Amino acid sequence: MQAKQWEVRLSGTGGQGLVTAGIILAEGAGIYDGKEVVQTQVYGPQSRGGASRSEVIISDEPVMYPEVTESDVLLAMSQEAADAYIHEQRAEGIVLVDSTFVKVVPETRAKVYAIPLTKIAREVARTEIVASIVALGALATLTGIVSQDGLEQAVLARAPKGTEEANRAALHAGFAAGHEVREQ
Amino acid sequence: MRAKPRARLMLGNEACAEGAIAAGVRFFAGYPITPATETAEVMARRLPEVGGVYIQMEDELGSLSAVVGASAGGVKAMTATSSPGFSLMQEFISSAIIGEYPLVVANVMRLGPGIGNIVASQMDVMQARWGAHGGLPMIAFCPSSVRETFELTIRAVNWSERLRTPVLLMTDGVVGHMREKVVIPEPGEIELWNRPLPAVPPEEYQCFDPGPDNVPAIPPFGGKYRVHYNAAIHDFRGVTTMADPKWCEYGVRRLAAKIEAHIDELTETHSVLMDDAEIAVFAYGPVARAAEASVRQAREMGIKAGLMRTVTLWPFPEKQVREMAKQVEVIVVPEMNLGQMVLEVERCAAGQAQIESVTRVDSMLITPKQVLDRITAVAPRRQIPWPS
Amino acid sequence: MAKLKPLTELRKEHFHFSRFPTTYCPGCGIGNVLQAVTRAIDETGRPPESFTFAVGIGCYGNIGNYLDFDELRLSHGRVPAMATGLKLARPDLNVIAMMGDGDATAIGGNHLIHAARRNIDITAIILNNHTYGMTGGQYSPATRLGDYATTAPYGMLEPAFDICKLAEGAGATFVARTTTFRMVQTIDIVRRAIEHPGFALVEIDSQCPVIYGRMNRWGDAVSMLKKQNALTVTLEKAKTMTPEELKGKIVVGIFKQAVEPEFTGEYYKVINRVRRPQDAS
Repeated sequence: MQAKQWEVRLSGTGGQGLVTAGIILAEGAGIYDGKEVVQTQVYGPQSRGGASRSEVIISDEPVMYPEVTESDVLLAMSQEAADAYIHEQRAEGIVLVDSTFVKVVPETRAKVYAIPLTKIAREVARTEIVASIVALGALATLTGIVSQDGLEQAVLARAPKGTEEANRAALHAGFAAGHEVREQ
Repeated sequence: MRAKPRARLMLGNEACAEGAIAAGVRFFAGYPITPATETAEVMARRLPEVGGVYIQMEDELGSLSAVVGASAGGVKAMTATSSPGFSLMQEFISSAIIGEYPLVVANVMRLGPGIGNIVASQMDVMQARWGAHGGLPMIAFCPSSVRETFELTIRAVNWSERLRTPVLLMTDGVVGHMREKVVIPEPGEIELWNRPLPAVPPEEYQCFDPGPDNVPAIPPFGGKYRVHYNAAIHDFRGVTTMADPKWCEYGVRRLAAKIEAHIDELTETHSVLMDDAEIAVFAYGPVARAAEASVRQAREMGIKAGLMRTVTLWPFPEKQVREMAKQVEVIVVPEMNLGQMVLEVERCAAGQAQIESVTRVDSMLITPKQVLDRITAVAPRRQIPWPS
Repeated sequence: MAKLKPLTELRKEHFHFSRFPTTYCPGCGIGNVLQAVTRAIDETGRPPESFTFAVGIGCYGNIGNYLDFDELRLSHGRVPAMATGLKLARPDLNVIAMMGDGDATAIGGNHLIHAARRNIDITAIILNNHTYGMTGGQYSPATRLGDYATTAPYGMLEPAFDICKLAEGAGATFVARTTTFRMVQTIDIVRRAIEHPGFALVEIDSQCPVIYGRMNRWGDAVSMLKKQNALTVTLEKAKTMTPEELKGKIVVGIFKQAVEPEFTGEYYKVINRVRRPQDAS
């Protein structure tokens, strides 16, 4: 895809780390890759459970409208999120669902990839908390919106002390999983 | 390893705090309120690192009082709040005008009236101008981005010092809660202005002697110069002369004049695709970003649209709007309120252009489509829009 | 206590005598208070330029016109808050927060209790004349039960604040009450309050003969002061009296004097701990 501007929506439930994932993606693309970025999120009670979303616009040029209207890239880490946001997804873009939770992918003309992100997180890092990092790794491979190197630096810069290895493992598992589904 | 990057991804409210520190602010007093609280949180952590002081006061009245106290002590000082707190601060904004204390109030606007909601609006832009009793001219800047929040906070601090007057940074929940890249300049890369100091010896000194530029030179407390900050009508010595109509008139007009003398320097507008525009959009804050997107889309449809974005809400860019009204046939004014700055546009256009107000009051950012719909609806007949 | 210097000398040193006569009514207690405070400042031996008066609104609000000290004069009630900002920004200054009873305990009550709670090194002097004199004699939170005011034409129904108990309860570490009649004691107490390292509050019971005095038939200033003195009971004496006997009395003395961590000092310890050398300026 040649879009100069990528509108990325990361969605799921509160507690899945999607706001932090949005910040990491924006830092990877914006600070380490040197792109223009805007990151926004829905604040409020949603951050304590229920629907949660974080959005990142990545562009080669300064970003005009700062909010995502239709996404080029949608990450859905819950069934509710997939149901809610797939209709605001561009046909030319891609959708990544966490098949651990998303059992029925609503109809869309966009290319859909299903990866058991949370299951992978449990396996490689023994914690679900890094499932969003697995997701970022997979998105990096699938879309190229952020370089693997830039993303890794951003992940490690944000990882709380003592969790660097778990995060790195999750990220690399994500890179690999993205590669795998793309080859299928 | 790559070198440590100079750019940082920052929240708008964080950029306000960092901009203030870069501008030399070393005192912050505040009271928690969404969506402004992050500025206070960053200040609480950062100020002691640079030798400054943060204090959480008992309410917004106390916050701005403490800011005034610190400013009178010679320290650059500010607070940040959101709309309900901004209402409470009007008393001291007015006091700071006549007492001539330099200070900055950042208002991260949210939806009113009352508690309203905690997301975003542009509902206080008229309050910024007219909220403080007395109705004296105000200086208010309005950022569209996180980077601009950083820059305009510095500018707000600088102007407050130079003219010894409160300056408002009118941001909102959209920009305050958005993250973008900011490159923090090295100290020395930023031009800093400081309040004027007396040039005469203490025995000849009168603290409210306005000097040639109508800005008195008031030193910090504790020195050889006697200082009487006074928020009542006063003479050059700071002695209350409120019973004397001559001093009332002089005091009010001088305070207005010191700001009006700098209108050209203070008003900053940015034009996009305006050269041959027949329809203009006039916008400020994050709405201007929606407006720019809509103007570019209108151009693709063959409509000669342009954007004037104002960075300065107050003093209002009268000259620029007057010129624009002569050039275009229609001015569309999108705002996240019931239509406030559109009144100023109408006043300055004085019938020379058709004015179209686009409003949104559900606390969400106006979209490019909303603005574009109005542009296409009012496009002069000869500019037939393409089917979309 | 040193020998009192003549008033002429005091005026020369600390007042703009050229601006006299003041705008105050004959017999007003503000003059007594200013004399006591400036004498107390002298007795501390600290340089006059190290003192700043934070002042609000009320009859006393015009003292800056006559006092030759740095002054910060703003709106009604916010004196403790602006004094807090000033002291934090400028720990080198001696900050005197002058307030009236309405100023300090009605509109500024919230700021007063929080300044006391923080134990910030400010000297709060509350001139309690039991009324809003400048606006013509309305009742304040310190108006005595049953007394008359323009807004209490049938007598005051609300109980008055005990300002000293309020300050003590809020955490002030020096709390005292004195009267305009007891000048020597007032000078001594104000000096101790200034020297106290923490939030110090001195309530000075004062006479307002022209407004409060007339409305309540207390007579002129001299008879008001006599009556004030007749009602005055020292703290030592008060300890031997029953609550019933103490009703309506003015108990004078130092109620509390304790050294506890002071806010400005504590904050600057934090600055010294976390300050980054490259940012030092």
